[in-house]
This record gives sequence, C-alpha cells and structure tokens, in this order.
Amino acid sequence: MVYEAQLGHPGGDFSAADVLATLYFGVLRHDPANPAAAGRDRFVMSKGHCTGAFYAVLAAAGFFPEAELATYMQPLSKLNGHPNRNYLPGVETNTGPLGHGLPVATGIAIAGQIDNADYRTFVLTGDGELQEGSNWEAALTAGHRKLENLTLIIDRNRLQQGARTEETASLDPLDDKWRAFGWHVETVDGHDHRALYDLLSASPKGRGKPLCVIANTFKGKGVSFMHDNVAWHHGVPNKEQYEQAMRELA
Amino acid sequence: MSAAAPAPAGWHDCRDTFSKTVEALAEADPRIVTVVSDSVGSSKLVNFRKRWPERMVNVGIAEQTVVAVGAGLANGGKIPFISAAACFLTARAMEQIKADIAYTNVNVKLIGQSSGIAYGELGPTHHSIEDMAWLRLLNNLTLIVPSDPWETEQAIRAAAALDGPVFVRVSRMPVPDLPRSNPRFEIGKAETLRDGDDLAIIANGVMVHRALTAAEALAADGVAARVINMSTVNPLDEATILDAAKTGAVVTVEEHSVRGGLGGAVAEVLATHDPVPMRILGFPGFLPTGSADWLLEHFHLNAAGIADAARQLLARK
Repeated sequence: MVYEAQLGHPGGDFSAADVLATLYFGVLRHDPANPAAAGRDRFVMSKGHCTGAFYAVLAAAGFFPEAELATYMQPLSKLNGHPNRNYLPGVETNTGPLGHGLPVATGIAIAGQIDNADYRTFVLTGDGELQEGSNWEAALTAGHRKLENLTLIIDRNRLQQGARTEETASLDPLDDKWRAFGWHVETVDGHDHRALYDLLSASPKGRGKPLCVIANTFKGKGVSFMHDNVAWHHGVPNKEQYEQAMRELA
Repeated sequence: MSAAAPAPAGWHDCRDTFSKTVEALAEADPRIVTVVSDSVGSSKLVNFRKRWPERMVNVGIAEQTVVAVGAGLANGGKIPFISAAACFLTARAMEQIKADIAYTNVNVKLIGQSSGIAYGELGPTHHSIEDMAWLRLLNNLTLIVPSDPWETEQAIRAAAALDGPVFVRVSRMPVPDLPRSNPRFEIGKAETLRDGDDLAIIANGVMVHRALTAAEALAADGVAARVINMSTVNPLDEATILDAAKTGAVVTVEEHSVRGGLGGAVAEVLATHDPVPMRILGFPGFLPTGSADWLLEHFHLNAAGIADAARQLLARK
C-alpha cells in the first residue's frame, strides 16, 4: 500500500501490525456486516497515521473489499491518510492529530459503565503520542472512574518522528506513571500474538481499574532495513527495497 | 469605571433556562447526559446532579477531555450536553471540537456558558469574543446564539432533536423577554422582530434587545429600521440577509470581536451577492478590564451607540 501510494508511515505500521491482527482476529467482538451494532467492542486507532496497517486489517476482517486497499491515499479514496468513520465502516472516531484516541475511548467506556453494558473499549496509542497532555487528562478520569472496561495498548517502539522518545521527552518509567494514575499495568512483547491474546482477551470483570498494556515493539518490524530505524517513521521504499521487504515479510 | 448595574426586575440569566430545559429533556429521554469540567455551579446544574448523579460526567478541570469524552459518550449512544465556560471550552479545546466533534460528525451538544464579555472584570483570558469566528468555520457544526429565555429553550430543544453536533452560546448577562408577535424557532432561520425599509440591523444574543431599543430611537427620527435576530450563525440564513440588503444599508451588532463573527459572516454574503454600505459593531480585540455593562457602553455597544452608527450609515446610502 505504501509503495503503491508512494506515501505512508511504514515504520509505525509494522510495529502496530501484530497488536491490530490480534485484536481483529482474536479479541474484538465485531460484525463487519453490522459495524455500528450497539453491543460491539470498540477499537479506537489513536495513532491515526498508521493507516497502512489499520486498513489492511480492517479489509482482511471484512469491513470493506481488499481490492480497495489499492486506492490508499489516492484522490477521492475512502482510505484517507488518516481514518474517517464517515467514509469507512469500522472506524469509531476520526483521528490524525495525536492525543485524541484515549480521551474519546474514555468517553465510550463511561457510556458503557453508565449502561452497565458488557462491551469493551480498546485504544492503541503510539508511545511518542503520550507526550500530548490530553492523554493524561483522560488517564486521570479513567483511573478515577475505575473504567475496567477500558484497555489502552501503547505501541512502545521507542521511536518518534525524528528521534528516540527517551532522547526527546523521556517517558520511562512508563509503567509507574500509569500505576500512579490508578491503572493496572501489564508489559508484553508486542509481536507475540499468543501473549497479546491472553492478556487482551481475559475478562476485565473484577479488575476495578482500566488496563494499560505496554506492548514492547520495534518500528519497522519484519523488514531488516526498517527495523528500529527512525528514518522509516514515514518514507517510501524504492523498487529494490520494496521487493526485498516483500521477500522478508513472506 | 462603573460597577455592573443591577438587572432590572423581570430580566433573566439564560443559564437558568439552559438547566431547566436540559432537566426537562432528561426526564423524557434517558439518553441525555451532562458532561462538565468542574463547572457544575457555573452551569446551573446542581439540581441535575442531585436528580441524576449517574448521568452527570464530571471530568475535572480538563476542557480537552470534556469535549473528547462527550464525543465518546455519543459513540456509546448517549446525547451528551457538554457544559463549560465558553472561553475555555472553545480556545482550549478547539482541536477536539474540530476533530472529535465536527469532523467526526457526532451527536454532541456543546454549551458555551457565560460567553462574550460576561466575565468582563476578569479580563481577556476570560472573555469569549473570538468563539463565533472560530466555530462558524467548522462544517457540520450548528452554531446558535440565542437572545432571551424563550429562544434559549427553543435552541436547547432543537439541539437535542437534531442528530448532529451543535454549539449553543449562552450568556449570563441579564436579558429581557423579547417581544414576539409570532414566536417560531427553526435552526437556520432568522427572525424579523421589527419591520422597516430604511436600513436593517442584524444582531444576535444579548445585543438583540439593544438593537430593538435603538430602532425605537431611530423611529423617533422618522427612520424605519428593520431588526433581524440572526440567532443561527451556522448555517447562515442567506435569504434573509439578501432581503435585508434591499433596504440599502446593513448594521450588524454582536457581543464579539468585529473580526470574523456575525458581521464577518454577513459581510461575506453581501460582498458576494449584493454589496451595500455596512457597519460592523462589536469589540476591537483584547479589551480593558471592566464590567460587562461598562464595556458595552465604552465601546458604544448600547442602544444609543447602535442608533448613532445607523444614522452615520444612512448618510452613505
């Protein structure tokens, strides 16, 4: 998609791909034929720039035809650079600017709490994205309200657009920060489907706290020349790189 | 500087109308919830909290989150009324209003309380005189600036009935009940409160009754001024504006900056279709400290100032 569009954020797409696949093919209760069903689990893609991975997973899950992926970021495509729910079924809220997903997901979880509904709300943020203060406003509210139906997954690839997170505005100790806000914290290998599935599919009933899953990942995972390389936050492979990447991913 | 004059007997604080109306709506529709940023008292929602504590979401002093949580509540099937001081709800959460509410096009009602210069003495950080300009640019977002209790109730009810995002600007400055021969509220439709063919005065919010008083003063001079209440700013009633242009002169009056608000919106329509001489009355920018009444007088936004501007404009017809 990125190669065809000559645009995109492949590094972050690859760091998030395993989390997205685990959610859509194991954890989430969703029905592509009825994407707005009231009792569906909600997933909010806060790192809205990583639509390469998000759209690929939504298409594979059946929300729209896979053939449409070829229109990624082309004029008038439903597949914007950032997701738009008014074009695309399966998108819960429009994202793009960072630091929006967790606050909106908190609101969805509060609605579920008020109704005593059994759907769950999941949100995936980047780690660099946590430098946006809006996340911490929402973290306070979610912790205060003990939103056990809310799960935040942090794509902890330790890279942001221009540098490592710890060199820019350091986040560690990230687990302690969430604990201090009243969250239950788990750390996991964000490329281990089994471990992710076990953590995310376990019932939250009785936890009494929102869950923060710190998924340790690598930007550019699966492609040797992109692996943990800040240059691939955004960027487009040339023909040789594209062919090599496809061989390595096969 | 004079202190704020006590409100005349029988005048109203439209925040009371907001809270009574939202309670009436909540009685009938369990989807209605309120969302506040610590702003329970200033939103007059103490009684709502008493009646439905589980249906009030207080996120604390966090305007970005009050807006985003409202968007999430709508996703979960609620009809949230987000109520916070207009100055912070807009300036501090503008990207959330743009991205989470207007662009996502969700069923959320934003109530900007104590808008305009109601917090006059507290200075420009607490004035909300840029909000009409910011908000009217957002697609999907209906923007209503009601002028009195009757219209505030109509606006809140219409907002609840509309499936989409709405912002209602609610002042705390006392206002009288406006005279209406044929009361009828419809989103997107202006209301002609007084007819006249010499010029048209287009106002909204707390300026409408001042515009009516100005029209009475002009009538004593033999000038027939039409007074139009343009309570919906987005979408704008262009037909009524173009009809007003047939008088040959248009004055706009708003409790807002002269740049980009009601006057700017009317000027865009007139410049595009039917330019006529125009005066835009409002505030010049960051304001000195003073009571709301003092600020209105100081910047000639009282009835006498509006009438004077109209007389000057008539000389240019």
